[in-house]
Amino acid sequence: MKKIWTISKRELQSFFDSLMAYVMIILFLGFSGFFTWLFGSDVFFVQQASLQSFFGIAYWTLFFFIPALTMRQFAEENRSGTIELLLTKPISDWQLVLGKFFSTLILIIIALVLTIPYYISVANLGPIDHGAVWSGYLGLIFMSAAYISIGIFTSSISNNQIVGYLLALFIGIFFQIIFGILSGSVGGFLGKLLDYLSVSTHFESISRGVIDSKDIIFFLSIIFLGLVLTEVNIRKRRLT
Amino acid sequence: MDIVVKNFTQKYGVSIAVDDISFRVKTGEVLGFLGPNGAGKTTTMKAITTFFTPTEGDITVGNLSVVDQADEVKKHIGYLPENNPLYQEMAIIDYLTFVAELQGVDKSMIKERILEMVNVCGLEGEKHKRIAELSKGYKQRVGLAQALIHDPDVLILDEPTAGLDPNQIVEIRELIKQIGKEKTVILSSHILAEVEATCDRMLIINKGKIVADGSPKDLKKQAQGKEIVKVTIEGATADEVFTELQGIENIDLVDFIDKNNMSFEIQSKNGKSSRKSIFNLCVEKSWVLTEMTPIETKLEDIFRELTMN
Repeated sequence: MKKIWTISKRELQSFFDSLMAYVMIILFLGFSGFFTWLFGSDVFFVQQASLQSFFGIAYWTLFFFIPALTMRQFAEENRSGTIELLLTKPISDWQLVLGKFFSTLILIIIALVLTIPYYISVANLGPIDHGAVWSGYLGLIFMSAAYISIGIFTSSISNNQIVGYLLALFIGIFFQIIFGILSGSVGGFLGKLLDYLSVSTHFESISRGVIDSKDIIFFLSIIFLGLVLTEVNIRKRRLT
Repeated sequence: MDIVVKNFTQKYGVSIAVDDISFRVKTGEVLGFLGPNGAGKTTTMKAITTFFTPTEGDITVGNLSVVDQADEVKKHIGYLPENNPLYQEMAIIDYLTFVAELQGVDKSMIKERILEMVNVCGLEGEKHKRIAELSKGYKQRVGLAQALIHDPDVLILDEPTAGLDPNQIVEIRELIKQIGKEKTVILSSHILAEVEATCDRMLIINKGKIVADGSPKDLKKQAQGKEIVKVTIEGATADEVFTELQGIENIDLVDFIDKNNMSFEIQSKNGKSSRKSIFNLCVEKSWVLTEMTPIETKLEDIFRELTMN
């Protein structure tokens, strides 16, 4: 546990040292704030004290931002050779993978915590469904965790960050929207399966305030799968 | 802690990088690993540090196997990889703290250890800089400091002096020698003088096989089967001296080095010495013997002979 935190701490420090964290947080707050308060179906347009528009926009912003955060994580270590330093230290592959995973998750949670002023402001405008807001945040965290684990996996494939980023988007876009669209046009068992694989289905149901074990299991499976594949990738290197 | 490499083979796909090598390094020994580029030095080091799992064979570090007890082995090893990879954006102190925590150095000891490493590796003036701002020599010292931070029993250094200037090379060598007194050290290099200066023992590896093993002195002696001396004689014509020298029983071959200067290279027969006879000959003919120098086989020659074919 201590070793995982050592890894996470260094990653977080590197996010902040490289300004990546500031850029990401400012852009995230800017985008989500703009669309929540000023433009499109914002709070005033909807005439409802609800954060649905915020969750909708955060859902897409995070989808594009997360691969940008994770693309560096293993690709850069592979490129510069520091992976050799890490893997010859007394830590397990799992501790390394989890350390990287949690560092990005913590950064996302920091960004989400900074949007709490939106929540407080909206709550002051009218009656708000507090439960729906909290479960909406929970949904964002689960969805982020799933994309982080996909991003870390694609980063571990090569030593090129751009490959990591694009591959993460490519895999992610299926879960994000393509499975959802396909499920509408395909019926029967396959349609149901595609619907189940779509992140938006699960995200919407959580963000409406319904926390179903089915949704949680879905997200946990993606997280687990991504991390296992990353670990396999690291171990493969040792066996040459 | 002894390092024992037993029938170690490493394959990359179909190509064989290291082919069934075995050797042992004892505590307090500094072993120099020599070989042309691509001979398998780095591969062997990576296997000892558990970065690679051996394709065949086993390596034990103080009775711990790198195959089955990799996590235990890692605790006892300090490793400076080839090209010294570092996190460029980190400050030196932060980096050393990070490594110390990973190595499981006791929290209360971390500060003390870092100060000690900063002292030992001569980083005092630079310690608050970021690694990216350092010169190559200082980066190398940071690499050494991180390898030593947990006071390991075994030190594996892959080309520790690559890219340093002569002063820095001497300093790093001194440091390695000093450290090597109590620890088991393996260092790789293709600078022969370096191995001669720092190592108790050297291992020459070529195309994945060990071709020589012994102290630099022993290896020289082995390679030097025949006595070769350079002789300069005055007081007669070159041809006269030449024929007379060839007449001596122990001499196998006489060769002119410089006919005008009257200097010759004389090779004796296997296991025989001809120095005394040459001297006696000069006395007898009342020639002046102005120079007689034994020509030593250089490590470079041994290296070339063993690795060129």
